Amino acid sequence: MIRARGVGRRFGEKRVLAGVDLDVGAGALLLVTGPNGAGKTTLLRLIAGLIVPTSGELEVAAGRARIGFLAHEPLVYRELTPLENLELYGRLYRVRERRERIGMLLERFGLWDARHEQTSALSRGMLQRLALCRTLLHDPELLLFDEPFTALDAAGSELLLDELAADAARTIVVASHQPERLGDRPTSRLALAPA
Amino acid sequence: MTAYLSDVVALTRKDLLVELRSRDTVPAMLLFVVGGLVVFHFALVEDVSRLASAGMLWIALLFTALLALVRSFVAEREEAVIDGLLLAPCDRSAIWLAKTLSVVAFLALAELVALPAFALFYEPVTWELVAGVALANIGIAAVGTLLGAMAAAARARELLLPLLFMPLAIPLIVGGVGATLAEDPARYLGFLALYDLIFAILSWASFEYVVTE
Repeated sequence: MIRARGVGRRFGEKRVLAGVDLDVGAGALLLVTGPNGAGKTTLLRLIAGLIVPTSGELEVAAGRARIGFLAHEPLVYRELTPLENLELYGRLYRVRERRERIGMLLERFGLWDARHEQTSALSRGMLQRLALCRTLLHDPELLLFDEPFTALDAAGSELLLDELAADAARTIVVASHQPERLGDRPTSRLALAPA
Repeated sequence: MTAYLSDVVALTRKDLLVELRSRDTVPAMLLFVVGGLVVFHFALVEDVSRLASAGMLWIALLFTALLALVRSFVAEREEAVIDGLLLAPCDRSAIWLAKTLSVVAFLALAELVALPAFALFYEPVTWELVAGVALANIGIAAVGTLLGAMAAAARARELLLPLLFMPLAIPLIVGGVGATLAEDPARYLGFLALYDLIFAILSWASFEYVVTE
């Protein structure tokens, strides 16, 4: 699913990532660890296609339509309601049976009662749950999670862990400072050091 | 094509809804354009010539448009929502087209107030002026949205956008003032339409390269 050879990334003069080699097969769960500034977020953004490597080769078998990216920010409009945000993304991703899928996700992540509230009024934890709904909305083959446990309470973390185990065919890359929360789920690990 | 139009409709609806809820842009535009016309009215001597009043109107409209353009990608930038839109499998030019349409709508709303105010303080509003303003709106929104997306990625975005936009807006001012005053306004209206066509195509085609690496 993901193949990287000597992948590096610079921002101007600053080298953020260097010489990353990676082979992630379909159905694998890769845990990416490393201190702040090691390039975990940059690696996920490279895999998502939001930025391109400045050195090396990176191949990702899934196209944009098949990637779900949970970023640091929830990537939702604060002025819209959770329902309107998911409707927008559902249309852009051409999700089949969109209404049913959105309703099911809002129910599962405990946001059904808040579906008509303005997103700016949601707590940080609820925003993270909404971001998870957005990430999973189009049932992606490749999931990229950047610090997914941030702001989630115990119940939210359980929902996330359930989701990680929900589909064995899914390829998942998780960048986290809390690797212990994933237990023995990761099938491979990548420890990044500052470049 | 249907999918493309569906994306444009969804994105435009979103932009209008965001503005309706936040009321960040249009009220500021209305206050600015009316305030500008009032200030010009009191700052200048009586019996302002037709040429001067037309020029003042177009300057007021141009600066009002800048307010809309500077804010056009604020919602996407503040929460990095632009990443979410870029990840979606839709044609990225749909983002530009939707944003352009919403800027045109904001400009039209501002002009619904500005033109009667212009008639009140200066000259009667003619159909040539209305046609010129409508055509200029398209050019302003098409070019300004592209430049707004470029500037949104920069740190000094509030400075960068006017610096990039003003030179490209000069033909619009020439065409707009010409259409308002010339004996043969059709020539200037044709010029504005040609500008719109060329810059809309260029902006539509280059948006993807501006928002991605």
